[in-house]
Amino acid sequence: MKAVSVEEAVARIPNGATVMVGGFMGVGTPERLLDELVRQRKSELSIISNDAAIPGKGVGKLFDAALVSTLTTSHIGLNPNVQKQMMANQVAVHLVPQGTFVERIRAGGCGLGGVLTPTGVGTIVEEGKRRIDIDGKNFLLETALRSDFALIHAFLADYLGNLAYALTARNFNPVMAMAADTVIVTAEHIVPVGVIAPDHVITPAPLVDYLIANG
Amino acid sequence: MDAQSIIARRVARELRAGNLVNLGIGIPTLVANFVPSDLKVFFQSENGLIGTGPMPEQGMAHPLLTDAGGRPISALPGACVFDSAMSFGLIRGGHVDITVLGGLQVDAEGHLANWMIPGKMVPGMGGAMDLVSGAKRVIVAMQHAAKGKSKIVQRCALPLTSSRPVDLVVTDMAVIGFTGGRITLQETAPGVTVAEVMAVTEADLFIPANVPEMKI
Repeated sequence: MKAVSVEEAVARIPNGATVMVGGFMGVGTPERLLDELVRQRKSELSIISNDAAIPGKGVGKLFDAALVSTLTTSHIGLNPNVQKQMMANQVAVHLVPQGTFVERIRAGGCGLGGVLTPTGVGTIVEEGKRRIDIDGKNFLLETALRSDFALIHAFLADYLGNLAYALTARNFNPVMAMAADTVIVTAEHIVPVGVIAPDHVITPAPLVDYLIANG
Repeated sequence: MDAQSIIARRVARELRAGNLVNLGIGIPTLVANFVPSDLKVFFQSENGLIGTGPMPEQGMAHPLLTDAGGRPISALPGACVFDSAMSFGLIRGGHVDITVLGGLQVDAEGHLANWMIPGKMVPGMGGAMDLVSGAKRVIVAMQHAAKGKSKIVQRCALPLTSSRPVDLVVTDMAVIGFTGGRITLQETAPGVTVAEVMAVTEADLFIPANVPEMKI
Protein backbone atom coordinates (compact mmCIF):
# COMPACT_ATOMS: atom_id res chain seq x y z
CA MET A 1 0.00 0.00 0.00
CA LYS A 2 1.19 3.47 -0.87
CA ALA A 3 -0.15 6.67 0.72
CA VAL A 4 -0.72 9.31 -1.94
CA SER A 5 -2.52 12.62 -2.41
CA VAL A 6 -6.00 12.57 -3.88
CA GLU A 7 -4.67 14.43 -6.97
CA GLU A 8 -1.96 11.83 -7.53
CA ALA A 9 -4.35 8.89 -7.10
CA VAL A 10 -6.93 10.22 -9.55
CA ALA A 11 -4.23 11.18 -12.09
CA ARG A 12 -3.60 7.43 -12.47
CA ILE A 13 -7.16 6.85 -13.73
CA PRO A 14 -7.29 7.29 -17.51
CA ASN A 15 -10.28 8.52 -19.50
CA GLY A 16 -12.46 5.59 -20.46
CA ALA A 17 -11.51 3.53 -17.39
CA THR A 18 -13.89 1.05 -15.79
CA VAL A 19 -14.40 2.16 -12.19
CA MET A 20 -16.29 0.53 -9.33
CA VAL A 21 -17.49 2.96 -6.70
CA GLY A 22 -18.52 1.78 -3.22
CA GLY A 23 -21.54 3.16 -1.43
CA PHE A 24 -25.31 2.89 -1.24
CA MET A 25 -27.24 6.07 -2.05
CA GLY A 26 -24.01 7.98 -1.42
CA VAL A 27 -23.49 6.45 2.02
CA GLY A 28 -20.01 4.91 2.21
CA THR A 29 -18.90 6.59 -1.03
CA PRO A 30 -15.39 8.09 -1.37
CA GLU A 31 -16.59 11.65 -2.03
CA ARG A 32 -13.08 13.14 -2.22
CA LEU A 33 -12.13 10.82 -5.07
CA LEU A 34 -15.32 11.67 -6.95
CA ASP A 35 -14.75 15.40 -6.47
CA GLU A 36 -11.24 14.98 -7.87
CA LEU A 37 -12.47 12.93 -10.85
CA VAL A 38 -14.76 15.87 -11.65
CA ARG A 39 -11.96 18.43 -11.12
CA GLN A 40 -9.59 16.53 -13.43
CA ARG A 41 -12.48 16.00 -15.90
CA LYS A 42 -11.89 12.27 -16.35
CA SER A 43 -14.42 11.36 -19.03
CA GLU A 44 -16.03 8.42 -20.86
CA LEU A 45 -15.99 6.49 -17.60
CA SER A 46 -17.67 3.10 -17.23
CA ILE A 47 -19.07 3.21 -13.72
CA ILE A 48 -20.11 0.16 -11.72
CA SER A 49 -22.04 1.25 -8.66
CA ASN A 50 -25.15 0.02 -6.86
CA ASP A 51 -27.19 3.13 -7.60
CA ALA A 52 -26.81 6.59 -9.09
CA ALA A 53 -27.35 8.34 -5.73
CA ILE A 54 -28.87 11.81 -6.15
CA PRO A 55 -27.59 14.90 -8.00
CA GLY A 56 -24.73 16.52 -6.07
CA LYS A 57 -24.03 13.45 -3.96
CA GLY A 58 -21.85 10.34 -4.43
CA VAL A 59 -21.63 9.07 -8.01
CA GLY A 60 -24.40 11.57 -8.83
CA LYS A 61 -21.60 14.18 -9.15
CA LEU A 62 -20.10 12.29 -12.11
CA PHE A 63 -23.42 12.51 -13.97
CA ASP A 64 -23.84 16.20 -13.07
CA ALA A 65 -20.52 16.73 -14.90
CA ALA A 66 -21.50 14.33 -17.77
CA LEU A 67 -18.36 12.20 -17.34
CA VAL A 68 -20.02 8.78 -17.61
CA SER A 69 -20.65 6.78 -20.79
CA THR A 70 -21.73 3.46 -19.24
CA LEU A 71 -23.37 2.66 -15.92
CA THR A 72 -23.88 -0.82 -14.50
CA THR A 73 -26.23 -0.52 -11.54
CA SER A 74 -29.37 -1.77 -9.81
CA HIS A 75 -31.24 1.50 -9.31
CA ILE A 76 -31.31 4.98 -10.83
CA GLY A 77 -34.76 6.01 -9.63
CA LEU A 78 -33.65 8.86 -7.40
CA ASN A 79 -31.37 10.58 -9.89
CA PRO A 80 -33.38 12.38 -12.61
CA ASN A 81 -30.15 13.48 -14.37
CA VAL A 82 -29.21 9.87 -15.08
CA GLN A 83 -32.71 9.09 -16.32
CA LYS A 84 -32.47 12.07 -18.72
CA GLN A 85 -29.00 11.07 -19.93
CA MET A 86 -30.22 7.50 -20.43
CA MET A 87 -33.28 8.61 -22.44
CA ALA A 88 -31.03 10.89 -24.54
CA ASN A 89 -28.65 7.95 -25.18
CA GLN A 90 -25.76 9.82 -23.55
CA VAL A 91 -25.33 7.09 -20.96
CA ALA A 92 -25.82 3.36 -21.55
CA VAL A 93 -27.43 1.96 -18.40
CA HIS A 94 -27.21 -1.75 -17.63
CA LEU A 95 -29.72 -2.58 -14.90
CA VAL A 96 -28.89 -5.59 -12.73
CA PRO A 97 -30.86 -6.94 -9.74
CA GLN A 98 -29.01 -5.84 -6.61
CA GLY A 99 -28.28 -9.32 -5.32
CA THR A 100 -27.00 -10.38 -8.73
CA PHE A 101 -24.96 -7.19 -8.97
CA VAL A 102 -23.08 -7.89 -5.75
CA GLU A 103 -22.62 -11.59 -6.51
CA ARG A 104 -21.17 -10.82 -9.96
CA ILE A 105 -18.63 -8.54 -8.29
CA ARG A 106 -17.92 -11.08 -5.58
CA ALA A 107 -17.33 -13.71 -8.29
CA GLY A 108 -15.00 -11.31 -10.09
CA GLY A 109 -12.98 -10.83 -6.94
CA CYS A 110 -12.90 -14.50 -6.03
CA GLY A 111 -11.69 -15.98 -9.28
CA LEU A 112 -15.07 -17.37 -10.33
CA GLY A 113 -16.44 -17.14 -13.86
CA GLY A 114 -19.89 -16.21 -12.64
CA VAL A 115 -22.76 -17.32 -10.45
CA LEU A 116 -26.04 -19.19 -10.86
CA THR A 117 -29.02 -17.32 -9.43
CA PRO A 118 -32.78 -17.87 -9.49
CA THR A 119 -33.29 -14.10 -9.55
CA GLY A 120 -34.55 -12.89 -12.91
CA VAL A 121 -35.69 -16.26 -14.29
CA GLY A 122 -38.78 -15.67 -16.45
CA THR A 123 -38.31 -11.87 -16.52
CA ILE A 124 -36.68 -9.53 -19.03
CA VAL A 125 -33.47 -9.88 -17.01
CA GLU A 126 -33.16 -13.35 -18.54
CA GLU A 127 -32.82 -12.02 -22.10
CA GLY A 128 -29.55 -13.12 -23.70
CA LYS A 129 -28.53 -15.29 -20.76
CA ARG A 130 -28.14 -19.03 -20.31
CA ARG A 131 -30.77 -20.74 -18.19
CA ILE A 132 -29.35 -23.74 -16.39
CA ASP A 133 -31.43 -26.47 -14.77
CA ILE A 134 -29.93 -27.91 -11.59
CA ASP A 135 -31.91 -30.67 -9.89
CA GLY A 136 -35.11 -29.40 -11.46
CA LYS A 137 -34.67 -25.78 -10.45
CA ASN A 138 -33.97 -22.99 -12.93
CA PHE A 139 -31.04 -20.61 -12.57
CA LEU A 140 -29.51 -17.87 -14.72
CA LEU A 141 -25.81 -17.84 -15.45
CA GLU A 142 -24.61 -14.37 -14.48
CA THR A 143 -21.01 -13.64 -15.41
CA ALA A 144 -18.36 -12.12 -13.14
CA LEU A 145 -17.70 -8.39 -13.03
CA ARG A 146 -14.26 -6.83 -12.58
CA SER A 147 -12.90 -3.33 -13.10
CA ASP A 148 -9.70 -1.39 -13.67
CA PHE A 149 -10.19 0.61 -10.47
CA ALA A 150 -12.24 0.34 -7.28
CA LEU A 151 -12.85 3.51 -5.27
CA ILE A 152 -13.49 2.50 -1.68
CA HIS A 153 -14.50 4.41 1.44
CA ALA A 154 -13.61 2.99 4.85
CA PHE A 155 -14.17 4.28 8.37
CA LEU A 156 -10.73 3.28 9.66
CA ALA A 157 -7.55 2.54 7.70
CA ASP A 158 -4.35 1.65 9.51
CA TYR A 159 -0.85 2.54 8.28
CA LEU A 160 -0.63 -0.83 6.49
CA GLY A 161 -3.97 -0.44 4.73
CA ASN A 162 -6.16 -2.74 6.83
CA LEU A 163 -9.72 -1.42 6.65
CA ALA A 164 -12.78 -1.36 8.88
CA TYR A 165 -16.14 0.12 8.02
CA ALA A 166 -18.95 1.79 9.95
CA LEU A 167 -22.64 0.90 10.15
CA THR A 168 -24.43 0.90 6.80
CA ALA A 169 -21.44 2.50 5.03
CA ARG A 170 -19.89 -0.95 4.58
CA ASN A 171 -22.31 -2.14 1.85
CA PHE A 172 -20.45 -2.83 -1.44
CA ASN A 173 -17.02 -1.58 -0.34
CA PRO A 174 -15.40 -4.81 0.90
CA VAL A 175 -16.75 -6.75 -2.09
CA MET A 176 -15.49 -4.21 -4.64
CA ALA A 177 -12.08 -4.03 -2.91
CA MET A 178 -11.58 -7.63 -4.12
CA ALA A 179 -12.61 -7.11 -7.74
CA ALA A 180 -10.40 -4.40 -9.27
CA ASP A 181 -6.86 -4.27 -10.62
CA THR A 182 -6.16 -1.12 -8.60
CA VAL A 183 -7.85 -0.31 -5.29
CA ILE A 184 -7.88 3.29 -4.04
CA VAL A 185 -9.19 4.03 -0.55
CA THR A 186 -10.31 7.06 1.41
CA ALA A 187 -10.85 6.66 5.15
CA GLU A 188 -12.51 8.85 7.75
CA HIS A 189 -9.63 8.11 10.12
CA ILE A 190 -6.10 6.89 9.47
CA VAL A 191 -4.87 5.12 12.60
CA PRO A 192 -1.75 3.30 13.81
CA VAL A 193 -1.38 -0.40 13.14
CA GLY A 194 -3.07 -2.32 15.95
CA VAL A 195 -5.93 0.13 16.50
CA ILE A 196 -8.09 -2.12 14.30
CA ALA A 197 -7.97 -5.47 16.09
CA PRO A 198 -7.34 -8.49 13.85
CA ASP A 199 -10.90 -9.69 14.50
CA HIS A 200 -12.27 -6.36 13.26
CA VAL A 201 -10.37 -5.99 10.00
CA ILE A 202 -12.86 -6.42 7.16
CA THR A 203 -10.59 -5.68 4.18
CA PRO A 204 -7.03 -7.04 4.58
CA ALA A 205 -4.18 -4.61 3.80
CA PRO A 206 -2.71 -6.52 0.82
CA LEU A 207 -5.87 -5.70 -1.18
CA VAL A 208 -5.28 -1.93 -0.92
CA ASP A 209 -3.01 -0.26 -3.48
CA TYR A 210 -3.40 3.40 -2.59
CA LEU A 211 -4.61 5.13 0.56
CA ILE A 212 -5.44 8.82 0.27
CA ALA A 213 -3.24 10.60 2.82
CA ASN A 214 -4.59 13.37 5.01
CA GLY A 215 -4.04 16.80 3.42
CA MET B 1 -58.83 5.52 8.64
CA ASP B 2 -56.81 6.40 5.52
CA ALA B 3 -56.04 3.79 2.86
CA GLN B 4 -52.35 3.49 3.71
CA SER B 5 -53.00 2.88 7.41
CA ILE B 6 -55.59 0.19 6.65
CA ILE B 7 -53.05 -1.65 4.49
CA ALA B 8 -50.13 -1.24 6.90
CA ARG B 9 -52.19 -2.30 9.95
CA ARG B 10 -53.44 -5.42 8.21
CA VAL B 11 -49.98 -6.41 6.98
CA ALA B 12 -48.56 -5.93 10.49
CA ARG B 13 -50.89 -8.70 11.68
CA GLU B 14 -49.00 -11.17 9.47
CA LEU B 15 -45.75 -10.78 11.42
CA ARG B 16 -44.80 -13.44 13.98
CA ALA B 17 -42.34 -13.36 16.88
CA GLY B 18 -38.76 -13.88 15.73
CA ASN B 19 -39.48 -13.17 12.06
CA LEU B 20 -36.78 -11.56 9.93
CA VAL B 21 -38.69 -8.99 7.88
CA ASN B 22 -37.71 -6.76 4.97
CA LEU B 23 -39.97 -3.80 4.24
CA GLY B 24 -39.91 -2.04 0.88
CA ILE B 25 -40.25 1.67 0.30
CA GLY B 26 -43.63 3.45 0.49
CA ILE B 27 -46.64 1.83 2.16
CA PRO B 28 -44.56 -1.21 3.30
CA THR B 29 -42.33 1.07 5.41
CA LEU B 30 -45.42 2.10 7.43
CA VAL B 31 -45.94 -1.49 8.60
CA ALA B 32 -43.25 -1.02 11.27
CA ASN B 33 -45.44 1.65 12.92
CA PHE B 34 -48.18 -0.90 13.65
CA VAL B 35 -46.18 -3.78 15.14
CA PRO B 36 -47.28 -4.38 18.76
CA SER B 37 -44.53 -3.33 21.18
CA ASP B 38 -44.43 -6.80 22.77
CA LEU B 39 -43.89 -8.57 19.42
CA LYS B 40 -40.17 -9.05 18.81
CA VAL B 41 -39.38 -9.03 15.10
CA PHE B 42 -36.14 -8.23 13.28
CA PHE B 43 -36.27 -5.68 10.49
CA GLN B 44 -33.61 -5.91 7.79
CA SER B 45 -32.54 -2.96 5.72
CA GLU B 46 -30.93 -4.38 2.57
CA ASN B 47 -28.12 -1.83 2.60
CA GLY B 48 -26.66 -3.92 5.41
CA LEU B 49 -28.47 -3.90 8.75
CA ILE B 50 -30.64 -6.14 10.90
CA GLY B 51 -32.23 -4.29 13.79
CA THR B 52 -33.49 -1.20 12.04
CA GLY B 53 -35.01 1.26 14.48
CA PRO B 54 -37.11 4.39 14.02
CA MET B 55 -35.88 7.73 12.74
CA PRO B 56 -33.52 9.13 15.38
CA GLU B 57 -34.49 12.14 17.46
CA GLN B 58 -33.66 15.61 16.15
CA GLY B 59 -29.88 16.07 16.06
CA MET B 60 -29.07 12.38 16.62
CA ALA B 61 -28.86 11.23 12.98
CA HIS B 62 -25.60 9.62 11.85
CA PRO B 63 -24.58 10.06 8.19
CA LEU B 64 -23.34 6.45 8.04
CA LEU B 65 -26.57 4.92 9.36
CA THR B 66 -29.40 5.07 6.85
CA ASP B 67 -32.10 2.95 5.29
CA ALA B 68 -32.04 1.76 1.67
CA GLY B 69 -33.51 5.09 0.58
CA GLY B 70 -30.64 6.99 2.23
CA ARG B 71 -32.80 8.34 5.07
CA PRO B 72 -31.42 8.44 8.63
CA ILE B 73 -32.51 5.58 10.87
CA SER B 74 -31.50 4.24 14.25
CA ALA B 75 -30.25 0.79 15.22
CA LEU B 76 -31.92 -1.13 18.05
CA PRO B 77 -29.97 -2.96 20.80
CA GLY B 78 -28.80 -6.24 19.27
CA ALA B 79 -28.52 -4.79 15.78
CA CYS B 80 -25.82 -6.01 13.44
CA VAL B 81 -24.30 -4.78 10.19
CA PHE B 82 -22.89 -6.64 7.18
CA ASP B 83 -21.89 -6.14 3.58
CA SER B 84 -24.20 -6.36 0.56
CA ALA B 85 -23.19 -9.91 -0.38
CA MET B 86 -24.30 -11.08 3.07
CA SER B 87 -27.41 -8.93 2.89
CA PHE B 88 -28.55 -10.51 -0.37
CA GLY B 89 -27.40 -13.94 0.76
CA LEU B 90 -29.94 -13.53 3.57
CA ILE B 91 -32.58 -12.50 1.04
CA ARG B 92 -31.97 -14.97 -1.76
CA GLY B 93 -31.01 -17.78 0.61
CA GLY B 94 -34.45 -17.98 2.17
CA HIS B 95 -33.43 -16.53 5.54
CA VAL B 96 -35.88 -13.61 5.30
CA ASP B 97 -39.25 -14.82 6.61
CA ILE B 98 -41.39 -12.06 5.15
CA THR B 99 -40.86 -9.32 2.61
CA VAL B 100 -43.46 -6.62 2.12
CA LEU B 101 -43.28 -4.80 -1.20
CA GLY B 102 -45.25 -2.21 -3.11
CA GLY B 103 -46.79 -3.13 -6.44
CA LEU B 104 -47.90 -1.73 -9.77
CA GLN B 105 -49.84 -4.87 -10.81
CA VAL B 106 -50.51 -8.34 -9.41
CA ASP B 107 -52.17 -10.90 -11.65
CA ALA B 108 -54.42 -13.92 -11.27
CA GLU B 109 -51.42 -16.21 -11.01
CA GLY B 110 -49.89 -14.11 -8.27
CA HIS B 111 -47.20 -12.59 -10.45
CA LEU B 112 -46.02 -9.17 -9.35
CA ALA B 113 -44.90 -6.27 -11.55
CA ASN B 114 -43.38 -3.43 -9.57
CA TRP B 115 -40.17 -2.15 -11.12
CA MET B 116 -40.78 -0.43 -14.44
CA ILE B 117 -43.31 1.12 -16.80
CA PRO B 118 -41.73 0.80 -20.27
CA GLY B 119 -41.16 4.17 -21.92
CA LYS B 120 -42.24 6.06 -18.81
CA MET B 121 -40.50 5.07 -15.63
CA VAL B 122 -37.36 2.94 -15.45
CA PRO B 123 -36.01 3.33 -11.93
CA GLY B 124 -34.37 -0.09 -11.86
CA MET B 125 -35.30 -3.13 -9.84
CA GLY B 126 -32.96 -2.51 -6.92
CA GLY B 127 -33.44 -5.44 -4.56
CA ALA B 128 -37.05 -6.25 -5.52
CA MET B 129 -36.30 -9.18 -7.85
CA ASP B 130 -34.10 -10.89 -5.27
CA LEU B 131 -36.64 -10.31 -2.49
CA VAL B 132 -39.50 -11.85 -4.47
CA SER B 133 -37.35 -14.74 -5.68
CA GLY B 134 -35.88 -15.58 -2.29
CA ALA B 135 -37.98 -14.56 0.71
CA LYS B 136 -40.01 -17.30 2.38
CA ARG B 137 -43.20 -15.25 2.16
CA VAL B 138 -43.94 -12.33 -0.16
CA ILE B 139 -46.68 -9.86 0.74
CA VAL B 140 -47.69 -7.07 -1.61
CA ALA B 141 -49.03 -3.92 0.07
CA MET B 142 -50.66 -1.55 -2.39
CA GLN B 143 -53.78 0.43 -3.25
CA HIS B 144 -56.43 -1.74 -4.90
CA ALA B 145 -56.79 0.63 -7.86
CA ALA B 146 -54.90 3.59 -9.30
CA LYS B 147 -56.88 6.38 -10.99
CA GLY B 148 -59.90 4.07 -11.04
CA LYS B 149 -57.97 1.28 -12.76
CA SER B 150 -57.61 -2.09 -11.08
CA LYS B 151 -54.10 -3.08 -10.03
CA ILE B 152 -55.32 -6.67 -9.55
CA VAL B 153 -55.30 -7.79 -13.18
CA GLN B 154 -55.94 -11.02 -15.04
CA ARG B 155 -52.45 -10.96 -16.54
CA CYS B 156 -49.66 -8.42 -15.84
CA ALA B 157 -49.07 -6.12 -18.81
CA LEU B 158 -45.97 -4.64 -17.13
CA PRO B 159 -42.62 -6.50 -16.92
CA LEU B 160 -42.63 -9.05 -14.10
CA THR B 161 -40.47 -8.74 -11.01
CA SER B 162 -40.19 -12.52 -10.66
CA SER B 163 -41.72 -15.70 -12.01
CA ARG B 164 -42.29 -16.76 -8.40
CA PRO B 165 -45.86 -15.89 -7.37
CA VAL B 166 -46.50 -13.77 -4.30
CA ASP B 167 -48.29 -15.20 -1.26
CA LEU B 168 -50.65 -12.44 -0.18
CA VAL B 169 -51.89 -9.08 -1.43
CA VAL B 170 -53.22 -6.54 1.04
CA THR B 171 -55.01 -3.50 -0.36
CA ASP B 172 -57.20 -0.75 1.07
CA MET B 173 -60.23 -2.85 0.03
CA ALA B 174 -59.28 -6.49 0.41
CA VAL B 175 -56.93 -9.28 1.35
CA ILE B 176 -56.27 -11.58 -1.59
CA GLY B 177 -54.55 -14.96 -1.43
CA PHE B 178 -53.54 -17.67 -3.88
CA THR B 179 -54.26 -20.85 -1.93
CA GLY B 180 -54.39 -23.82 -4.27
CA GLY B 181 -53.18 -21.65 -7.14
CA ARG B 182 -56.48 -19.77 -7.31
CA ILE B 183 -56.77 -16.00 -6.81
CA THR B 184 -59.13 -15.77 -3.85
CA LEU B 185 -60.82 -12.97 -1.97
CA GLN B 186 -59.98 -13.75 1.65
CA GLU B 187 -61.15 -10.61 3.48
CA THR B 188 -62.77 -7.28 2.78
CA ALA B 189 -61.79 -3.99 4.41
CA PRO B 190 -64.14 -2.54 7.05
CA GLY B 191 -67.24 -1.10 5.37
CA VAL B 192 -66.38 -2.54 1.95
CA THR B 193 -68.70 -5.13 0.37
CA VAL B 194 -67.71 -8.11 -1.77
CA ALA B 195 -69.58 -6.53 -4.69
CA GLU B 196 -67.58 -3.31 -4.32
CA VAL B 197 -64.30 -5.26 -4.40
CA MET B 198 -65.40 -7.20 -7.47
CA ALA B 199 -66.40 -3.98 -9.23
CA VAL B 200 -62.83 -2.63 -9.06
CA THR B 201 -61.00 -5.93 -9.61
CA GLU B 202 -60.08 -6.86 -13.15
CA ALA B 203 -58.88 -10.36 -12.28
CA ASP B 204 -61.39 -13.18 -12.06
CA LEU B 205 -61.53 -13.49 -8.27
CA PHE B 206 -62.73 -16.63 -6.56
CA ILE B 207 -65.25 -15.66 -3.89
CA PRO B 208 -65.65 -18.19 -1.07
CA ALA B 209 -69.05 -18.60 0.62
CA ASN B 210 -67.85 -16.70 3.64
CA VAL B 211 -65.57 -13.64 3.29
CA PRO B 212 -64.79 -12.15 6.70
CA GLU B 213 -64.02 -8.50 7.36
CA MET B 214 -60.37 -7.53 7.91
CA LYS B 215 -59.41 -7.25 11.57
CA ILE B 216 -57.22 -4.20 11.92
